[in-house]
Amino acid sequence: MKPSVADPEHHIDPTDFAQAEINKSLSPETKIRLLRDMIRIRRFEETAGKHYNAGKMGGFLHRYDGQESIAVGCASLMGAHDHMITAYRNHGHALSVGMSMEECMAELFGRATGCSKGKGGSMHFFAPDKNYWGGHGIVGGQSPLGAGLAYYVKYKGLKGSCMCFMGDGAVNQGAYHESLNLAGLFDLPVIYVIENNGYSMGTSQARSSVYKNCLAYRADGYDIVWDLINGWDLYEVRAKMQIAVKRAHEESRPTVVEINTYRHYGHSVADSKAKVYRAEDEIERFKQHHDPIQLWRNRLMEEGVITEAVYQELDKAAKAEAVASVDFAEASAYPEFEDITKDVYFEVDEFTEAGRTGRHFFND
Amino acid sequence: MPVITYREAIRHALDEELARDENVVIMGEEVAQYDGAYKVTQGLWKKWGDKRVVDTPISEAGFIGMGIGASMLGVRPVMELMFWSFAYVAWDQMINNAATIRYMSGGKINCPIVIRGPANGGTNVGATHSHTPENFIANTPGLKVVCPATPYDAKGLMKAAIRDNDPVYVMENTVLYGETGEVPDEEYVIPIGVADVKREGSDISLIAHGRAVITCLKAAEILAEEHGIDCEVVDLRSIRPLDEETIIESVRKTNRALCVEENKPFCGVGAQIASLIQDRCFDDLDGPVGRISAVDAPAIYSPPLEKLQLPYPEQVVQKVLAMV
Ligand SMILES: Cc1ncc(C[n+]2csc(CCOP(=O)(O)OP(=O)(O)O)c2C)c(N)n1
Ligand SMILES: [Mg+2]
Repeated sequence: MKPSVADPEHHIDPTDFAQAEINKSLSPETKIRLLRDMIRIRRFEETAGKHYNAGKMGGFLHRYDGQESIAVGCASLMGAHDHMITAYRNHGHALSVGMSMEECMAELFGRATGCSKGKGGSMHFFAPDKNYWGGHGIVGGQSPLGAGLAYYVKYKGLKGSCMCFMGDGAVNQGAYHESLNLAGLFDLPVIYVIENNGYSMGTSQARSSVYKNCLAYRADGYDIVWDLINGWDLYEVRAKMQIAVKRAHEESRPTVVEINTYRHYGHSVADSKAKVYRAEDEIERFKQHHDPIQLWRNRLMEEGVITEAVYQELDKAAKAEAVASVDFAEASAYPEFEDITKDVYFEVDEFTEAGRTGRHFFND
Repeated sequence: MPVITYREAIRHALDEELARDENVVIMGEEVAQYDGAYKVTQGLWKKWGDKRVVDTPISEAGFIGMGIGASMLGVRPVMELMFWSFAYVAWDQMINNAATIRYMSGGKINCPIVIRGPANGGTNVGATHSHTPENFIANTPGLKVVCPATPYDAKGLMKAAIRDNDPVYVMENTVLYGETGEVPDEEYVIPIGVADVKREGSDISLIAHGRAVITCLKAAEILAEEHGIDCEVVDLRSIRPLDEETIIESVRKTNRALCVEENKPFCGVGAQIASLIQDRCFDDLDGPVGRISAVDAPAIYSPPLEKLQLPYPEQVVQKVLAMV
């Protein structure tokens, strides 16, 4: 078992990831921006949760609280040709790549001003202009798509990658295994990021998967380099992910990383046994000692980058932004009835020649 | 007679069949320790233990296929799909393997499997979670598909499905899980392939399955009270095998037919019924067969819009008024 970081060529001291080149070069402003981005996710999710419970939204709401360092850390490494795709727990990724709280909140409220015009809902946010490809509701369904986005990057000879996120439960979908084989066989610059929060709904990792060492180690069987990351340390996320990004850019080779993390709340807001399958003290322990936001905040205080006042300021701003996004959503209109059958076919929407031959829709 | 929920009715069927036949095994994601995502299997793991009620990883192709394989030797798996929408991950197993193994072996192998779970829109879970594949299944010879609308039917059909020696795919509905109805304590089984006239009437036949039956019953009430129109509501219960005689008998009596379903229109169940009616009741008809289906697009998330995407009572009322 040889995780990629152990390779001396990367010059990484596993006892201090702050010293990795990619982190040493961070300006204080950028460090503060990373903190701000994590806080924004936390406040967005809290605000969404509150309004979900008040009956303002339908469907599911899968909150990202506790996992913020992963989306923010990974997004901070993205360049012009790096892409991102994930599953249904996708609000953090969406905000990390620069989607606005307004368009995201409006989507949750089912409004026409939402990022998917109210058509996708909580699980299905997209922003292709920001290299963000969703937001996918079917567990593991995004894994071949991630390979495909990387295929484009390689096909066009670009220096880029696709970061494809998934949960610890998704690694047992066949599509994921087929994707790994394809990625290895075709030298695709894809990075599979397993956000391991220990549970898939009410099922612990031990009850859902058999594995040697760790879930990422399964990649070894496909001759794909892998790594294991402490998700609550933003420096570590960035340092190790950067190695994978570099591998994608320079060698066009895939990587599988497993990032340990924890979700603070239930699988979705409606999780009848959220406090049954996870012991209360386990939840408390992670909130107290492994909260990526608190750890990053402490780190930046130690480094003298921020003061408590700066942190409070960021937090206040994030809260205000979240509240404003609700106002925006509530002031927005719902889609029109006619919108239900729009965005189904390109050719019909664009009224092209192909869209005008034959019948496309079959209601009266 | 005891009044219980649709969810409890299915649970009672599972419980009774677990007791009746030691080969019955319940399997699926979160069905055991979590008591089921929609609590259909609540308490069964506690009562029956690890051998009979089994939690699976999120590997639909794998565990559904495993169930099909086990059924070939006589295990009688009752597989839960948390949503029928996730069946697409296991489509090859369900369509290629389960439906054809008997045929391709010249009748030497049976596949007594039940695959069950909710197949419905209307809960704002978006396009990936709102599929209603009963028409796809019914399009596949070798498979049976039933769509119960009431607690009574849900229990009786589930028991028949488990005892059936062919693959039976049962499509439930999360919107109906909490609905209540009378279910007797005494054992009963509803044969698959027998429709049920849920309301007798003389002016028009409303032909439906699943939740659309409930929609039709509400519409029929409004039509009777406010418009003096007497609707007959035929609940198909089973899509394949299809009880053609009950449909024909009803249309011969009312001379008008409206097919209502929550499925999409193209090659939907209503299309098959309409074809049957024009074939067998052409001279009895006073007008063309009508159809109401979901608005023909992927399921929209936006809650007030999704409400309009699926058939609703007032829509049925308007359609009937235009037809009679
Ligand atoms: C194919 C499929 N099967 C089942 C589900 C229902 N489901 C949604 S999320 C989930 C658990 C996934 O857990 P994990 O991959 O660990 O991600 P996490 O929720 O922890 O982020 C399940 C079973 C689904 N959406 N798609
Ligand atoms: Mg998980």
